[in-house]
Amino acid sequence: MTGALLDVANVSKTFETGRRLWLRQSFKAVDRISLEVRPGETLGIVGESGSGKSTLLRMMLRLIRPTAGIIRFDGRDIWTLSGGEILALRRQIQAVFQDPASSFNPRHSIGSLLSAPLEVHGIGTRESRRKMVADTLALVGLNTSLLARHPHQLSGGQRQRVAIARAIILRPSVVLADEPTSALDVSVQAQILNVFKKTKRELGLTYVFVSHNLAVIRYVSDRVAVMRRGAVVEMGESDAIFARPQHPYTRALPDAVPDPDLGRRGRTTQASGAAPTSELHQGERRCLK
Amino acid sequence: MVCAICSIRIFGIEMLETVPTPSARPAATLEIEGLTIEFRARGRVQRVVDRVNLRIAPGEIVGLIGESGSGKTLTALSVLGLLPRGARIRSGLIRLSGTSLLDLSEDEWRAIRGDRVAFIPQDALRALNPVFPIGLQVGEPLNIHRGTPWQIAKHKAIELLRSVHLRDAEERAEEYPHQFSGGMQQRAMVAMGLALEPQLLIADEPTTALDVTVQAQVLKLLREIRDAHGTSILFITHDLGVVADLCDRVYVMYAGLGIEEGSVEHIFYRPSHPYTQALLRATPTIRAVEKELVSIPGQIPSPDNLPTGCRFADRCPVAFERCGEEPPPFQVGGGHLARCWRCATPQ
Repeated sequence: MTGALLDVANVSKTFETGRRLWLRQSFKAVDRISLEVRPGETLGIVGESGSGKSTLLRMMLRLIRPTAGIIRFDGRDIWTLSGGEILALRRQIQAVFQDPASSFNPRHSIGSLLSAPLEVHGIGTRESRRKMVADTLALVGLNTSLLARHPHQLSGGQRQRVAIARAIILRPSVVLADEPTSALDVSVQAQILNVFKKTKRELGLTYVFVSHNLAVIRYVSDRVAVMRRGAVVEMGESDAIFARPQHPYTRALPDAVPDPDLGRRGRTTQASGAAPTSELHQGERRCLK
Repeated sequence: MVCAICSIRIFGIEMLETVPTPSARPAATLEIEGLTIEFRARGRVQRVVDRVNLRIAPGEIVGLIGESGSGKTLTALSVLGLLPRGARIRSGLIRLSGTSLLDLSEDEWRAIRGDRVAFIPQDALRALNPVFPIGLQVGEPLNIHRGTPWQIAKHKAIELLRSVHLRDAEERAEEYPHQFSGGMQQRAMVAMGLALEPQLLIADEPTTALDVTVQAQVLKLLREIRDAHGTSILFITHDLGVVADLCDRVYVMYAGLGIEEGSVEHIFYRPSHPYTQALLRATPTIRAVEKELVSIPGQIPSPDNLPTGCRFADRCPVAFERCGEEPPPFQVGGGHLARCWRCATPQ
């Protein structure tokens, strides 16, 4: 697998759920997934809630440890690194989360939130850091007048721009974004999606973009992995996935998305057997075929 | 469906004189005219809903679109008498099948809520009581409003749960909210809403928290309910796709003001207000390939600081001098109105 920036090889994650659920004592959130993230691409991961996409992303961030399998960054297993190497890894892999309000320290100003990563990694002087913060803010379309503000004084869209700025200020190799636009209004969502596209283009970033929104995934992704119940059921070039879906689940999904095109009015249908949680409750397994 | 009613219905307060008296028109399930809601906080008055008109015919599904802060939820809550503390209706009319819903006592509201208007919230889990079984909660309105004995209410609850396509309804009725998945919780809320066969169902982003496939099930269910019972539905959302799929007519709100209304065909095929046009361009779709999303610059003005002219002017790509003045609603088609000077046609 040469050329992969992040290489996920046969990774599984099982959560112990204890004995309180009478049916099962563990839950397999991710089941033997292999995928690679290539430099310069945006890999979209799409799936419903409970499909394991966030768990996968957290493992790639080295926040939770896989039960089995190996995740390599630049050819090295991220779980065998030494302390100093982990710090270096953190600089290379950055994250943007769904709710920026909860990922900022509310008592810090925007300026200090943005310079914190630079300080942690000992980059630049006070002066040059100030310049980098200003440049990065401009890149995500914000004005330096916001530097003295606190997170609660910003709108949701502005906060998400700051979150992107914080993620890219270290010039990482890859940014992992978990549902970064789900909490935003449509008009703001478009702004943020375009910020993602712009920063990718201008900095040559690699993005892994997790969302349950197929339209969003289609818009930002070069390649798409479709997840269902902990497994990747289909993966490929974005256009190919949407034009010629192979797996029955992927075929059923677009029909479930309400489309602003009235020609498809009233035609949204449910993907058969698509409610994973209710099935878990009934302890039954349905196959799509 | 565009009906004769819509083509003669007028949107703006400026034109109210020309509207025939309500009694001359077929009764609407819900009529809101010139509704203005204000918040009083720290001595300041914020006008969060401004002269909003809205009409829902029997059996009609009406979509109310707007971004957060546009006043769509407050408009809906005013129909339920559930405005938050500090908010008050400054002026306007709300009529449910002809009865005015203003200045009701709390007892009168209780008689209306659930019985004539039901509400389906966004977060079903938070709306359900965690310590009572689902069946009991679904049957409760029957007991409270109609005095139905609990034994009978319980059987009715199971029937209701069946009607919203909950499998094994009999056993499920004994379970508690946390044992239900998100989609099942939302269906239980719908079942509860239907218990007393209300004329109007108000759904506030009921599918926003759901997966697309589950969302499709809930939307299908709402259509079935309308077809079976002729229930009118007010559907509040910011998802244009859902509106296109479900609604007959659409109202678009921006910064507290209704800025466009029309049949779903008019709004999607011939959007007239630049804001509606911008929203459609900003919405990603899975089918339109290589469509570049055009984002709307800036943000919705805060109610503290509303512009005197058109509220969208500072974000509008086609604004001109006239926009410093507030535009009245202009008729751009049968039942299609837009508050934009660009829609003013020289008579």
